[in-house]
Amino acid sequence: MEHIVIIGNGISGVTAARHIRKLSDKRITIISAETEYFFSRTALMYIYMGHMKFEHTQPYENWFWEKNRIELKKGFVTHINDASKELVFANGETMQYDKLIIATGSKPNKFGWPGQDLEGVMGMYHKQDLETLEKFAPNNKVCKRAVIVGGGLIGIELAEMLQSRDIPVTFLVRESSFWNGVLPAGESAMINEHIREHHIDLRLGVNLQEIKADEHGKVKSIIIKETGEEIACDVVGLTAGVSPNVDFLKESNIELGRGVKVNRKLETNVKDIYAIGDCAEQQEAIGNRRPIEAVWYTGRMMGETVAQTICGNPKEYNPGHWFNSAKFLDIEYQTYGWVFGERGRPEYEQHFHWKHPKEHLCITIAFHKETHEFLGINTFGIRMRHHAFDKWLTEKRSVEYVLEHLADANFDPEFYKLHEKDIVAQFNQEHHTNIQLKKRSWKRIFQFS
Amino acid sequence: MKAIQHIGLSLFLAGLAIFTILPFIGSYELSTEKLDEVVQNKGIKSELFVKNLQESTVGKEFSTPFTFSSNIVSAIEDANETHKANQEWDKVIWDKKHSFSYEIAKDIGAGPVREHKGLFWFLTFGLGIIGALLFIIPQLYLKPIPGIKNNGIWHSAATNRGWIGWFVFLFLVGFYILLYFYPDYIVNWTYIVDPISQSISGNMASQWFLYGFLYCIVTVVMGIRMYIKYRHNKYQILRTTSVLFFQIAFAFLIPEIMVSLEMPWYDFKNAFPLDYDFFFEWNLKTLANSGFIGIFILVWGTVLTIVVVPVMVYFFGKRWYCSWVCGCGGLAETLGDPYRHLSDKSLRAWQIERWLIHGVLVFAILMTGMTLYAYFTGADVVLGIKTQLVKDTYGFLIGSIFAGVIGTGFYPIFGNRVWCRFGCPLAAYLGLVQRFKSKFRITTNGGQCISCGNCSTYCEQGIDVRAYAQKGQNIVRSSCVGCGICSAVCPRGVLKLENGPDDGATRHEIPEVMLGNDVNLFEMLEENR
Ligand SMILES: Cc1cc2nc3c(=O)[nH]c(=O)nc-3n(C[C@H](O)[C@H](O)[C@H](O)COP(=O)(O)OP(=O)(O)OC[C@H]3O[C@@H](n4cnc5c(N)ncnc54)[C@H](O)[C@@H]3O)c2cc1C
Ligand code: SF4
Ligand code: SF4
Repeated sequence: MEHIVIIGNGISGVTAARHIRKLSDKRITIISAETEYFFSRTALMYIYMGHMKFEHTQPYENWFWEKNRIELKKGFVTHINDASKELVFANGETMQYDKLIIATGSKPNKFGWPGQDLEGVMGMYHKQDLETLEKFAPNNKVCKRAVIVGGGLIGIELAEMLQSRDIPVTFLVRESSFWNGVLPAGESAMINEHIREHHIDLRLGVNLQEIKADEHGKVKSIIIKETGEEIACDVVGLTAGVSPNVDFLKESNIELGRGVKVNRKLETNVKDIYAIGDCAEQQEAIGNRRPIEAVWYTGRMMGETVAQTICGNPKEYNPGHWFNSAKFLDIEYQTYGWVFGERGRPEYEQHFHWKHPKEHLCITIAFHKETHEFLGINTFGIRMRHHAFDKWLTEKRSVEYVLEHLADANFDPEFYKLHEKDIVAQFNQEHHTNIQLKKRSWKRIFQFS
Repeated sequence: MKAIQHIGLSLFLAGLAIFTILPFIGSYELSTEKLDEVVQNKGIKSELFVKNLQESTVGKEFSTPFTFSSNIVSAIEDANETHKANQEWDKVIWDKKHSFSYEIAKDIGAGPVREHKGLFWFLTFGLGIIGALLFIIPQLYLKPIPGIKNNGIWHSAATNRGWIGWFVFLFLVGFYILLYFYPDYIVNWTYIVDPISQSISGNMASQWFLYGFLYCIVTVVMGIRMYIKYRHNKYQILRTTSVLFFQIAFAFLIPEIMVSLEMPWYDFKNAFPLDYDFFFEWNLKTLANSGFIGIFILVWGTVLTIVVVPVMVYFFGKRWYCSWVCGCGGLAETLGDPYRHLSDKSLRAWQIERWLIHGVLVFAILMTGMTLYAYFTGADVVLGIKTQLVKDTYGFLIGSIFAGVIGTGFYPIFGNRVWCRFGCPLAAYLGLVQRFKSKFRITTNGGQCISCGNCSTYCEQGIDVRAYAQKGQNIVRSSCVGCGICSAVCPRGVLKLENGPDDGATRHEIPEVMLGNDVNLFEMLEENR
């Protein structure tokens, strides 16, 4: 029986395994050095915050794996010998494979800052990072202040985590406004305000110079490059992005860029070896996507795709329209299609921005300047129906059409106040149009094709 | 603000402590005249009973209700034993022993509590309410920005089955056991609510009035907590308002007022088979003898179960009842909210749930069938089984132990919907309708789920919501009570409770393409099938 070995028990590796099992009877082994069972990395924060226990972040009960004949192996792979189709583990053990899927995810970036490996300095990616945090920041007596370096999605989650235990946080962000490489200015400004409203000491436009140690080799303070200011702290969180976790492949014959280079079928340059998830790097970017997509959903899609290929239906990785979501403290964010921030925005992309006068609610709709084709939407504090936007993007609807049918897309809980009228009115005013908002129609919503 | 909370907690605990020691205060002395009065009023023919009591109890002062009650109970037991042996059936005392003893104790109890009802009301209920509010309201200022704040829930001994949880468990179980089985021990508790009962219905408070009143107070105070916790969520606000209204108006005030107007006590929202004794002979007889209102209740109760319930479930799901109207649901959604994450999400628990809850439904229906048969034919034995025995068994096991002692007592251990999930026959009935013929579903928002598990963790009904959401499937489950908390806690806006078209496919599935893969892959998936 063909033996499929998957390195990495994250969402991509596990999705691949599940789908291979659905489609075939092959022998499947998943290897991980991190945890015995699959857990949801995206939920790490909630464990520290006390919303959940670790076991709640495991999407499948422990009996699931045996029942589905998916073998689990705990161990760290140090070497891949593709000639003999053999894996070597850190403890010297070996394992044979017929087909190998590399799904080793990411690791936090470190940019060679002095002191970056001191005690009390950590990333927030693996379960072990959580344990380190629990050790150095169990409460605000042990940890009097924490400094977070890097203003991305994981950085703000870490800030929220620490804040849940009343630990004061200084948040160093290199950009002039939070996440403005991705978010348009208005939205980014709203998030800045929200972070500060939570009494997080947000420092914009600053870089880390160095991390200083006390006599025990534990972090004592950090220095800000621009101002030279020294900030005393007990914990430093490095959250300046992630990069593919592929160092153990450097000796192998597998072609690496920043990640494992793959073609559209997720095949590497070595026969019978595939790469998916955070660690995979497309030889050529797909559409507006980046060659490396370190998000949950793409890992899942790649897992499904590679399962097809391995089970005899060679398929290309063909992600549909881009979507994503996140939560900035109390503000939920969803995006469908493409809405660019200041950086990298195509010149044909025009924005319509609506913001609630008082509450933290806003949307930005991107559309083509000339054709008025709807390109994408960012929404903050208002939930939107994925299905509706996916359909409108496929149908290449105009921004006017989208606004006219905006009520179909609302996904807020029942009885919430709706803002579509105000949104449409503002658009009409700004663009001298006369769009009439249509009432929500179940019929339209459920027209799937 | 923290200091205010600490004061609140202290006041609350003081109120609770005083409440707990009340049963131990006061004195009970049965005079010969009182005994004669009881014998006369109750039409007691057993000289043995009277003699027993005269020897053991009359003229003596008891400083707790416990020995006093046990004397009365053993007098009844002794007398009954002899009379039964001698087949002197007319001398047997058929009353429930502790209810009998309750009536006497309530009548003759003396001491500070009875003399200062208002004062002791304040020292128990008053301090409890003020303390709880002082603890709850500062949340508004400590967490000024609205949003889901489940911080520390699994770290706190109160909410992670820690020692506080077990302590609350013991307290609640103890309370329910006293309430259901030993009312004679808690006459002091009933004294303190006498003035309120008298002002509403003119009668002295029974233990059931005490329970109803306490229920209202607890749901209101914890309802205020809900308003604060979910103040950004209008669904939760409206739902909480609705359960409070139905509890106070329908379950408490209207029945009491009806009693004061010499009508039968009836809760118009309490549908059979949750209201399991609705079709019992005694109830049918009472209703038949109550003129127009009795007939109205009989018709309404029947229509409620046969027509209103399923039609409403068709349009709105079982939530219209379970988390908008029902009293058990009302308590679970207010007092029980801090414990909702303790429900068991395992597949095994789901298997047990299905057997148990449908078992209870079958039990309730069979029992009702038997009693109705007995009522119309006059037989008291059906299929060789005494109907009284069946009814008593149900009342004891399901009505008292399951619904009360386990259903509420186990909040801090098994979560807040143990009864609703595993035991309630009405929920089983509503669930069947919801599962097979309803517009209600929880829609999953395409591919947005990140499998974090918040929804499953906070589902009080132990539904593994994530298992559906991460596959892009809608949640159509008989047990979902539509509390909306899964949707509230989801950090990615994945879940929406809605009533859409009931056309099969769209209720259950959203198109697989939504998981984010391009259409092609799914055409191919189709080919593969
Ligand atoms: C805190 C946090 C929050 C996030 N939130 C979101 C979000 O809200 N939305 C979103 O879209 N994405 C989010 N992400 C990103 C998302 O979690 C990742 O994109 C996703 O988990 C990647 O999955 P993966 O399967 O590719 O790899 P991983 O989940 O990283 O799994 C790889 C596994 O392989 C193991 N491994 C690596 N090398 C070896 C080896 N040599 N031998 C053995 N085992 C090895 C690793 O230990 C790890 O267990 C978040 C990430 C973090 C850290
Ligand atoms: S599935 Fe959601 S709405 Fe239904 S009972 Fe569970 S938490 Fe409540
Ligand atoms: S809470 Fe939301 S994102 Fe998390 S598992 Fe449930 S549906 Fe998915």
